[in-house]
Amino acid sequence: MVEVKSNGLIGQAVKRTEDLRFITGRGQYTDDMSRRQMVYAAMVRSPLAHARIRSVDTSAARAAPGVIAVYTGADMAADKIGGLPCGWAVKNKDGSAQAEPAHPAMQVERVRHVGDHVAVVIAETQAEARAAAELVNVDYEELPVVVDARAALAPGAPQVHAEAPNNLCFDWELGDASAVAAAFSKAAHIVKLDLRNNRLIPNAMEPRSCIGDFDSSTSENTLITASQNPHVIRLLLAAFVFGIPEHKFRVVAPDVGGGFGSKIYPYPEDVIVLWVARKIGRPVKWTATRSEAFLSDAQGRDHYSHVELALDKDANFLGLKVDTIANLGGYLSTFAPAVPTYLYGTLLAGCYRTPAIYVNVKGVFTHTAPVDAYRGAGRPEATFVVERIVEQAARQLKIDPAELRRRNFIPTDGFPYQTPVALTYDTGNYHATLASGLKLADYAGFAARKAEAAKRGKLRGIGISTYIEACGIAPSAVAGALGARAGLFEAATIRVNPTGSVTVLTGSHSHGQGHETTFAQVVADMLGIPMESVEIVHGDTGKIPFGMGTYGSRSLAVGGAAIVNATRKVIDKGRRIAAHLLEASAEDIEFTGGRYVVKGTDRAKAFGEVAFTAYVPHNFPHETEEPGLEESAFYDPKNFTYPAGCHVCELEIDPDTGVVEIVKFSASDDFGRIVNPMIVEGQVHGGLVQGIGQALLENCVYDESGQLLTGSYLDYCMPRADDVPSFQVMTECTPCTHNALGVKGCGEAGAIGSPPAVINAILDALSGLGVTDVPMPATPHVVWSAIRAAKGRQVA
Amino acid sequence: MHTFVYQRATSLADAVAVLKAKPDARPLAGGMTLLPTMKLGLAAPSDLIDLSAIGDLRGIRRNGDRVVIGAMTRHAEVAASAEVRAAIPALASLADGIGDAQVRNRGTLGGSVANSDPAADYPAAVLGLDANVLTDRRTIAADQFFLGMFATALDAGELIRAVEFRVPKRAGYAKFPNPASRYAMVGVLVADYGGSVRVAVTGAGACAFRVPTLEAALGKQFSAAAIEGIEVSASELNTDLHGSAEYRAHLVGVMARRAVAAALG
Repeated sequence: MVEVKSNGLIGQAVKRTEDLRFITGRGQYTDDMSRRQMVYAAMVRSPLAHARIRSVDTSAARAAPGVIAVYTGADMAADKIGGLPCGWAVKNKDGSAQAEPAHPAMQVERVRHVGDHVAVVIAETQAEARAAAELVNVDYEELPVVVDARAALAPGAPQVHAEAPNNLCFDWELGDASAVAAAFSKAAHIVKLDLRNNRLIPNAMEPRSCIGDFDSSTSENTLITASQNPHVIRLLLAAFVFGIPEHKFRVVAPDVGGGFGSKIYPYPEDVIVLWVARKIGRPVKWTATRSEAFLSDAQGRDHYSHVELALDKDANFLGLKVDTIANLGGYLSTFAPAVPTYLYGTLLAGCYRTPAIYVNVKGVFTHTAPVDAYRGAGRPEATFVVERIVEQAARQLKIDPAELRRRNFIPTDGFPYQTPVALTYDTGNYHATLASGLKLADYAGFAARKAEAAKRGKLRGIGISTYIEACGIAPSAVAGALGARAGLFEAATIRVNPTGSVTVLTGSHSHGQGHETTFAQVVADMLGIPMESVEIVHGDTGKIPFGMGTYGSRSLAVGGAAIVNATRKVIDKGRRIAAHLLEASAEDIEFTGGRYVVKGTDRAKAFGEVAFTAYVPHNFPHETEEPGLEESAFYDPKNFTYPAGCHVCELEIDPDTGVVEIVKFSASDDFGRIVNPMIVEGQVHGGLVQGIGQALLENCVYDESGQLLTGSYLDYCMPRADDVPSFQVMTECTPCTHNALGVKGCGEAGAIGSPPAVINAILDALSGLGVTDVPMPATPHVVWSAIRAAKGRQVA
Repeated sequence: MHTFVYQRATSLADAVAVLKAKPDARPLAGGMTLLPTMKLGLAAPSDLIDLSAIGDLRGIRRNGDRVVIGAMTRHAEVAASAEVRAAIPALASLADGIGDAQVRNRGTLGGSVANSDPAADYPAAVLGLDANVLTDRRTIAADQFFLGMFATALDAGELIRAVEFRVPKRAGYAKFPNPASRYAMVGVLVADYGGSVRVAVTGAGACAFRVPTLEAALGKQFSAAAIEGIEVSASELNTDLHGSAEYRAHLVGVMARRAVAAALG
């Protein structure tokens, strides 16, 4: 239930207060920052995907102009700097632990992907560092390479790590295999699909950047880094990499220009700049070129799946069976094992009451960049599996895809609903979002539009995706039981200043989400003060007590809930102070409209007066209260939140060229309660563009030797404004039952729900031609080839 | 990017002389290819000889059945030129579709033609509009100009002065952009000279080329229907991430028909 009612600000489309500095170029990103005597790092990266390092000759680089130092992996190993830790441990089917090879920040003996770190050059200027990096002469012995996850599992495949025989990191399962076998044995229909979830490169607008600094007089370490979670970076680097105490380690994540998951993790460069700063006694900055971002940011997706759905004669789902091979890249990134397992397998129930589900996932090392969470992280892959097989079943059984979904939805009165894959959905109304999504899309009028398009020579199709996701990550006890090596609560402090303005310290981190506006709306609304009186502070372990950061659409559901709880504590303490001032009992005082009012009277104290009294406690309940007005809360969620919705894609295909044009995209989403509908709409738009990008445009491709073929925007196709239509979006609301705001999260939904809607629409458009599958991204060439192949089959 | 010497040439002769004296010097026109190449470390010229101050290299004028465009004329100037729009609207429209607004305001005709990027638009125009490439020392007919990928008939240090396009009865250009780069994956310029038709293709092969089968069919009857069903050979066409040679061959036919439709439109 929603415990925090709106007093006017919650629910308003307030313009983003942070945008003034962003759109006037006054944001402060890491690369905008300088420190006295700062020097620059340039990375020496492997040009080969797999090689033994015979020797590294740094003499020419050391002699180059401006060069201060050149260090290699051997130097780092000699200083006993730890490798980058993995934050999640999954178990194999047989109960044994995942293979967890070390991930040194710089390599000593062997490189395992193009872009892997071999050495670092430190110079007075960035240009000098980059020029000298080209002079480091590494003698490599080239070794055989495997880039494809299926190929990596084949006998005789080149091996990435000795600790992971057959390149297998884990062989994980979830669900009841025998129940699924029983379901399939009594099935009237079995529908099968082989699916590829294409690999993506995140492409945040701001390339990664970091500055390391060390003050030998105080022993204070500082790392400024473009991160989504500075406290997590501090925890991991302090405890596992450097062995330095956290009170001497400050991590600052200032304005950050987009993350999409790629800035969750500590990267080798974070380690390198701080390590070098400690060695040379000067601050060290590194900023990625865009080319380096392509090579070294953790990438996303990259699954192969075989899916089978069993249905009874009335098209009720009986069982779902999924086998997936997930590419993890050359090293385990921080949350890599969680993404294709607990963030994926647990979502395979979708919105449906499928009684038996079993999934097996093999996580595989290859000679490619590490793969980790990318907007949606596991849930887009699960949604793609579920929503493609459901649509395939509808086509095969000749049932309207909307009707098949309705028939199998978890009923609206069926909550809480325990899925066969570990999650308990607290609430939802999938019939509502489907109905309004179809209405928004004018699903009923589609046949006429298809006929009209046919007259123009265009193939028109419509496709549905009714997705669900698990957000608000995560109940710490649950996460811990599933292998997380960290808690996933959030922390907040509400500091009421003496004159009544409020500073909010939040462990959530905003890198485009608009927290400075949304969080301020919540606090201002609860305290009955203007938004201008509320300042949101985030992204600095030196200022914020603690935090777990922003990912998994968790900020409002978890970080916001912590803010609400701390604000409630402030209100309660204020009530006790007001009771003293008003000579009334605290129980008789209600807080309304920013005033403490003695019930049934006109006697009141404004919030500002109470705040002032707390800091100038001349007339103050000293016997029971401490001076000051500042409260903190740590909030650990009771459950995940479950945003869900219906995306409908309508498109036209030019059969002459294979070009797909999305003519209409409709989304009806249930994010629970909404604090700022404009920001939510923006999040949905951004997510949809990334999802459509995955479906139609984006593809990370390595050649057989492990070279990245899509290493620039000449070949990696980012969505542009003219690739997408003007979106039709709306929301339904079933409030989350277990947080005070009733919110669920909206940051990833667009990227999760949309890809299968697009592909389903393409297959609908091409169904008359006998096309049964089109891989992602469905580029013009791919679509044309599918049409041509189908025509060839028909002729034959 | 490595250090280099920047020089601004005051005349064509001056630029040619410097280039002759310094074998590792490169002329700088709009810099739309050269500068990114240098930033990526793929080119490291000793000197950049900036041609932008040479007034003789700019401008657009009609000369009989020719439209003469100076080598340093920016794409945006060609796109907006009343002269070009009146004489060869397809050329103005082609220029208006190159890159984005920033590229069109910096990039030059001569720079594009001299580079012979297989995916650039202008080579299709030069070849399709029966142009002559005028250099500091001679005139090269379009049919002899494009030799291969980034290869032209220009000698080392030879600079383009202007390009003169022959005004057709009608012409059209249709481009199928690479989804990622938006360069031409296939661009076809069709020009009708009354009885004889030229069909020039960019993006599909190593450099711009003509398609005699389409020219012959269109020479008999200038209509999209006239070339419907004519298969273009895929041999020697490009295959890459974005499309196979077969796809490009198919698109040559589609874009040729659309170019004819544009010419007739």
